[in-house]
Amino acid sequence: MISELEMGKAESELELGLGLSLGGGTAAKIGKPGGGGAWGERGRLLTAKDFPSVGSKRAADSASHAGASPPRSSQVVGWPPIGSHRMNSLAAKSAREEEEAGKKKVKDDEPKDVNKKVQVGFIKVNMDGVAIGRKVDLNAHSSYENLAQTLEDMFFRGNPGTIGLTGQFTKPLRLLDGSSEFVLTYEDKEGDWMLVGDVPWRMFITSVKRLRVMKTSEANGLAARHQESNERQRK
Amino acid sequence: MDLRLPSKVLEHIFSFVDSNEDRNSVSLVCKSWFETERLTRKRVFVRNCYAVTPAAVARRFPEMRSLTLKGKPHFADYNLVPDGWGGYAWPWIEAMAEKSPALEELRLKRMVVTDECLEKIAASFKEFKALVLTSCEGFSTDGLAAIAVACRNLRELELRECIVEDLGGDWLSYFPETLTSLVSLDFSCLDSEVKLSDLELLVSRSPNLKSLKLNRDVSLDALGSLLRLAPQLVELGTGSFSDKLDQEAVSKLSQAFTELKELKSLSGLWDVLPEYIPLLYSVCPGLTSLNLSYATVQMPDLVELLSRCSNLQKLWVMDLIEDKGLEAVASSCKELRELRVFPSGADVDETNVALTEQGLVSVSEACPNLESVLYFCAQFTNEALVTIARNRPNLKCVRLCVMEPFAPDHKTQQPLDEGFKAIVEGCKGLQRLSVSGLLTDKAFEYIGTHGKKLRMLSIAFAGDSDLMLHHLLSGCESLNKLEIRDCPFGDTALLENAAKLETMRSLWMSSCGVSFGACKLLSQKMPKLNVEVIDEHPLKTRPDSSPVEKIYIYRTLAGPRLDMPEFVWTIHKNPEIGVSNLAIE
Repeated sequence: MISELEMGKAESELELGLGLSLGGGTAAKIGKPGGGGAWGERGRLLTAKDFPSVGSKRAADSASHAGASPPRSSQVVGWPPIGSHRMNSLAAKSAREEEEAGKKKVKDDEPKDVNKKVQVGFIKVNMDGVAIGRKVDLNAHSSYENLAQTLEDMFFRGNPGTIGLTGQFTKPLRLLDGSSEFVLTYEDKEGDWMLVGDVPWRMFITSVKRLRVMKTSEANGLAARHQESNERQRK
Repeated sequence: MDLRLPSKVLEHIFSFVDSNEDRNSVSLVCKSWFETERLTRKRVFVRNCYAVTPAAVARRFPEMRSLTLKGKPHFADYNLVPDGWGGYAWPWIEAMAEKSPALEELRLKRMVVTDECLEKIAASFKEFKALVLTSCEGFSTDGLAAIAVACRNLRELELRECIVEDLGGDWLSYFPETLTSLVSLDFSCLDSEVKLSDLELLVSRSPNLKSLKLNRDVSLDALGSLLRLAPQLVELGTGSFSDKLDQEAVSKLSQAFTELKELKSLSGLWDVLPEYIPLLYSVCPGLTSLNLSYATVQMPDLVELLSRCSNLQKLWVMDLIEDKGLEAVASSCKELRELRVFPSGADVDETNVALTEQGLVSVSEACPNLESVLYFCAQFTNEALVTIARNRPNLKCVRLCVMEPFAPDHKTQQPLDEGFKAIVEGCKGLQRLSVSGLLTDKAFEYIGTHGKKLRMLSIAFAGDSDLMLHHLLSGCESLNKLEIRDCPFGDTALLENAAKLETMRSLWMSSCGVSFGACKLLSQKMPKLNVEVIDEHPLKTRPDSSPVEKIYIYRTLAGPRLDMPEFVWTIHKNPEIGVSNLAIE
């Protein structure tokens, strides 16, 4: 029913949202109205404006230099519900902070934190086609399998009590073995996007900055696994 | 025996009835009470400017002296209502200029106010005393100048979080020298500098000035001289608090603060430097209201400050206060009634993780008068909500914003259903609720079952199905305003509970699963509602099954509005469209 979800083009990332909420003129293939059945998937219904840098654009953006703020995963219109006056004030404040950070010589890739911020161990996870990002605590996982399981539970109907964000897949994903439609990738501290699974787990968790569940078709841009991991070993 | 009281006696009795809710009840008793009441009502509140026509209001309340109007729906605050939707003040001002020229006060919220409107006010209402604009837009400082120059008896001019086109700081100089009646001035939302000399002159000739809220551009130095001119201030909103002052200036400023013997409310404090916080210590014990939500003060300094505020009733602060700071609030501010904790970053990543659910739990435990809470934080637990409900059954307003959508209880990974159940079950007088985090239909079943006094409910990214809406519309007896975004339900619950909508002020739904056909059907079934379909990307032909972007439904006596932009559709635009075969189960 929801064939838009299977499209692989960059625009389709936008159309996905459009398809669900009628932005941009794409006709939504909706079943009969009424009941929960009208929306078979649990994808959140957001308009195209809501995600400025979803999907493959993010890979390009990820090579951003130090001091610039990374694209936000949950840049949804009107969320969080902070009044526009306050939003403007926060934006002005972070622009000022970035300016100051940019003026000084920044030694590492991490953005300067004025206050205590993100907990060590929690990193962002985004999935292609899902506007809202999630977070996982890497410290709570001991292996890639562990992590993959958590991600599958998070984004697809898995455990009772957690609602999958896409919902229409009920079979397990097999994120790690390359057999499914999606692969798990990550951005390392140097800003490169890599396939997950090549380096020992311990090394992985010290170098990962964030994760992305990417469509296999899009992962062609990433270097082949072995080649990549060899290069890394050499550094 | 004729038991009717003469109208003069009734009038006298009604003059003691202040609250409009009571007055509305009074009007329903009988015709003569209706008549007497309407002839004596001086303050009129119209909470939806499209629910009734200006002419009807003017006709009913000939003695009206104060009019309060609200325009756009609440979600407009979060940019969910497109520009140009409506909420124009002009028709009201024009009508009142003609029919109620004795009007003295105008309070507008979320409306579009143009310079023309302000000029009209200045020209038409000879006894005009108070203009309070909250979250309004569309005017410039030229319009303010018009008000300043013409309103000889002006007492209040307050611009709260408005978007004002700044054409220069001269408007203040338009207040004539003869104007000495000013009681309250709030220009905190203006961007540009005002001339200090104009401001000082104005303040020095306003002996009744009780409330002064400056904008960011007023320097610390200027603040000192203003405070010396107005030591009688009860409410102060400072400008920027970050200039470097020399020792002498600092001590003079400190002295000025100690002279503020009447000060009860303090706000502003933009960019306040830690070394200046002790300047505020002298006013702390007298403060009942403190707004630090724009002050990037770190926890230790906040603790120092707040531990001196033993009479504080209202505290607005950023998450920089952390759990530890809230513990200090819990132990020092026993009179606390309202707490708002805002995020210091717009993204969930940037919020302060040292602020957790524990902070709110501490305050709920120790502050017996706590009634109203707005709390942004990264995550929450059911256990915390249950504890808060148990501690504070007297809560009337709970707005919890878990920053990450769908975030479950971070300890158990369960939805927050049970936590919110405890809130609605325990806080029997709860009137306003905003929910967030991972929620299933069960949460809404609980709210429908227990939230009998609930008047306003805000929901985002929640629920599983139509049942969610059905529980709410069929269960919440007092429901007045319901606003929902990004929840997966369709038409059935809406259509089945259509009659409920006439008992409510308004319903907002965006990015949900309501179809165009259902909107049409609802419009046909319920002529006393305006069913507005707001769609900035409409299809050329709209099949009945197509979902709509946003709908705003409100009851009205005024019929279809005449100022609808292109992107708003109501059935009145195409009355000839019939409703095709729609299978509604």
